[in-house]
Amino acid sequence: MAQADQIIAKSADELARLIADGGLSSTEVTTAFLDRIDAVDSQVEAFLHVDREDALKQAGEVDNKRSAGEALGPLAGVPIAVKDVLCDETKACTCASRMLENFRPPYSSHVVNRLKAADAVLIGRTNMDEFAMGSSTENSGFQKTKNPWSLDSTPGGSSGGSAAAVAASMAPLALGTDTGGSIRQPAGFCGIVGLKPTYGRVSRYGLVAFASSLDQVGPMSHDVSGSARLLQAIAGHDPLDSTSLPEPVPDYLSTIDQPIDGLRIGICREHYGEGLSPEVDRAVQAAVDTYIEQGAEVVDVELPHSKYSVATYYIIAPSEASSNLARYDGIHYGYRAEKFDDMIDLYARSRGESFGAEVKRRIMLGTYALSAGYSDQYYNKALKVRRLIRRDFDDAFSKVDVILSPVTPSPAFKIGELADDPLAMYLSDIYTISANLAGIPGISIPAGQSESGLPIGLQLLGPTFGEETLFRAARMFEQRTDWHKQRAALA
Amino acid sequence: MNYTTVIGLEVHVQLQTKTKLFSGCINRFNPDQPNTQTDPVTLGLPGTLPVMNRKAYELAVKVGLALNCNIAKFTKWDRKQYYYPDLPKAYQISQYDLPLCADGYLEITDAETGAHRKIGIIRAHLEEDAGKNLHEGGGDSKVDLNRAGTPLVEIVSQPDLRSAAEAKAYLEELKLLMTYLGVSDCNMQEGSLRCDVNVNLHVHTDDGHKVATPIVEVKNMNSFAGVEKACEYEAERQFEEFQETGKKLGEVPKATRGFDLDRGVTYKMREKEEAADYRYFPDPDLAPVTASDEFVESIRATLGEFPAAKRARYVEALELSDYDARVIIGQGVEFARYFETVEETCGDAKRAANWCTQDVQRDLNDRKLTIDEFPIPAEVLGDILKLIVDGKLTTKSARDLYGDLLELPREKVTKAKADEIIAEKGLEVVEDTGALDAAIDNVLAEPKNAKTISDVEGGKQQAVGPLIGQVMKQVKGADPKTVREMLLKKILS
Repeated sequence: MAQADQIIAKSADELARLIADGGLSSTEVTTAFLDRIDAVDSQVEAFLHVDREDALKQAGEVDNKRSAGEALGPLAGVPIAVKDVLCDETKACTCASRMLENFRPPYSSHVVNRLKAADAVLIGRTNMDEFAMGSSTENSGFQKTKNPWSLDSTPGGSSGGSAAAVAASMAPLALGTDTGGSIRQPAGFCGIVGLKPTYGRVSRYGLVAFASSLDQVGPMSHDVSGSARLLQAIAGHDPLDSTSLPEPVPDYLSTIDQPIDGLRIGICREHYGEGLSPEVDRAVQAAVDTYIEQGAEVVDVELPHSKYSVATYYIIAPSEASSNLARYDGIHYGYRAEKFDDMIDLYARSRGESFGAEVKRRIMLGTYALSAGYSDQYYNKALKVRRLIRRDFDDAFSKVDVILSPVTPSPAFKIGELADDPLAMYLSDIYTISANLAGIPGISIPAGQSESGLPIGLQLLGPTFGEETLFRAARMFEQRTDWHKQRAALA
Repeated sequence: MNYTTVIGLEVHVQLQTKTKLFSGCINRFNPDQPNTQTDPVTLGLPGTLPVMNRKAYELAVKVGLALNCNIAKFTKWDRKQYYYPDLPKAYQISQYDLPLCADGYLEITDAETGAHRKIGIIRAHLEEDAGKNLHEGGGDSKVDLNRAGTPLVEIVSQPDLRSAAEAKAYLEELKLLMTYLGVSDCNMQEGSLRCDVNVNLHVHTDDGHKVATPIVEVKNMNSFAGVEKACEYEAERQFEEFQETGKKLGEVPKATRGFDLDRGVTYKMREKEEAADYRYFPDPDLAPVTASDEFVESIRATLGEFPAAKRARYVEALELSDYDARVIIGQGVEFARYFETVEETCGDAKRAANWCTQDVQRDLNDRKLTIDEFPIPAEVLGDILKLIVDGKLTTKSARDLYGDLLELPREKVTKAKADEIIAEKGLEVVEDTGALDAAIDNVLAEPKNAKTISDVEGGKQQAVGPLIGQVMKQVKGADPKTVREMLLKKILS
């Protein structure tokens, strides 16, 4: 048992090296994490589906490959949890929705194929807000995931299941998706690292769409190198996704430990106003000091349109969602109402019975925003503001390497605390949303703890294709601090 | 009080691409096995993404150039949203405010007067087709998605057409153009050319005013004759309705009607209570498309000769009648190419046209063959006609030869084979007058011909006919004209 405890405490990087060197077998590693899931997931409820047999089979194949002297992929034998919004042809893909409860896609997502090609062990499918809409994983159609640091708090969302799985040491790595902060906010709440890549860096093929122009798949891990290793495996051009960009992928791990000389850190004063909890404010200031100690230069930047980002987001994302989710009509696949009067009633009841409140709310918002007579007032105007937000970032990144900010205004909130106040919930994404609107990358790293022992995150935003910069800057902080080594004290 | 009919057409042309507009799924007409030509993208399954078919885009640019349109340098894709069981994503990927092609025209010719008219093209855009709902009774409807995702070009004309006949002429010219471009087979039975007709009237009232009546859209027409009839029917119906109600354009919403081909009438379809709100917005899954000048010019270079230009050239340079030119060109680009090869090989356009429009076309119809399956290659027919032109073969002998070649498998029909038959049957015109002289002398010496000879001597030149026959029986391949001349000369000298 002591052995298993040591295994699950290790970072993804350590595990990958140990398995590659033969210090550990993938079967040992996978068994340790499966046992951990058995031991604690009844409390956390991070997973929607775990197939022990299948995971051990994948691990056994990697071990066989290794003993046969075959070449191994960069994630060989390392378990990884996958958000249940990424298609895998061997599994159901529910998007935590009753609508897709029994949907088994006949294809795998690009990222799942990449993970398989990298010889990772896909250990389970994680819970999420239904169709990735939400900031607390309370909107799942199946279960509410708990924050491993405090079981009465949310893990954040929508990738709350993936964040909690890593934070509770049930998997060393996880994939999440980020539409308005859905990787970075739960990573912040759960004390782990999460990165939203540049839009177009990772293929969206097989990612069930919420808002196509904002969605991006990204890594979650205990430390920066874990995320770098995982991004390395999934990034790159995919001809099946027209929005994926044909840009070469740098070798992130080879440069990650090189500090950035004279790092220029942008601070936007508007980020530190009303609504920011003093604990988060203190943690962020301490982080800035840590960077200054390493010779970083702090530069004020202005993001004059960032105050419109939440409003802009809540026009664009629901508009795209209303369109993307229209295909769930009870006709071709998915949930169908048992009783209905006619075709229209079949649509209405199938959707009415299977979608949760948050999904319905956003579909209605989006349908309204796109409707004739309102689209100029809302949708088209939001697109214009989006361009201005993007331009603000372009201007800022002409002066600085990264922009530093909190991830969220406060540490994790209690389950149910904001459930009846969607607007307050939406504001928990205030620091993360603009990166999605601008298409730029952002990373969330552990940077402190509240008095009640909840993690506090730090966000670094970078220019387009600035992932390498973000990893190096994040690693500069990580090397001087211990926050990423803290683990949730879960029985 | 009288009126002018005003017609505008929206034509959907299905492009002949190997794969669908946004996926690698095969694009083929298959009415027998539903839902076999699908893939996850066509089915709109969660997580799938569209990727534009470059070939379809190129064909659409080709259509735009042929319709004299401006080709947009920058275009994007928009989602047109509505719920329908045969629309897998619940939206159609189309083009809304930035169509690929705009502001063009198609020139049509009045068959009776020969007058040319330019019919304006408002726009032509590329979009994906929906599937098909099959309502076979029994309460259940079936959905077939074989057609879903097939590339369509929607060509919207200005309301420039002024009669049912003009609408038909426009459609015929458009179809011919599309088939000449090779972008579509325009097979109306298979739905690769479909059309919606917008009709209203400009009524000229007795007090000298002009009043427009409400526009009626007749949906889903699938024959040219149907379009013509529907336009005629609508014009009369709308005129009667105007006389009864006096309702003008703008006072009532645009009505949608269907057409019953058997009864030749249009009928009212279920009225939508509100105008459809398609909630168009740019498709975030597809990058905008840009076209460089070089790209557009490279497509322009592949256009080939349009039917109208070909028609003009046949009449002016080849001196064919307008009728012959129309018949040949109307048979399609392969037939025209066949004719052109025959014409070039024999050097006699009129003769080539006669053979192609009469003999060849008759045999194609009788044998139900396409020109590509026709047993006699154009070069061989051209060679045969050249022999006639050069006086080496009589028309009658050529017909014999043509008939023999028609019975052979295509790969056997060569110039050498034709020569072989000519030699075998002794069809070649005999120029050796010695042999002819001898044969004529023989015939004239026959006692049974004495009466005929004296008739000719008496001035009845036409009586010489039977003698020509007898000579030609002896000398196969003799030119009857020469025989006639020689006979008359000898008898009358």
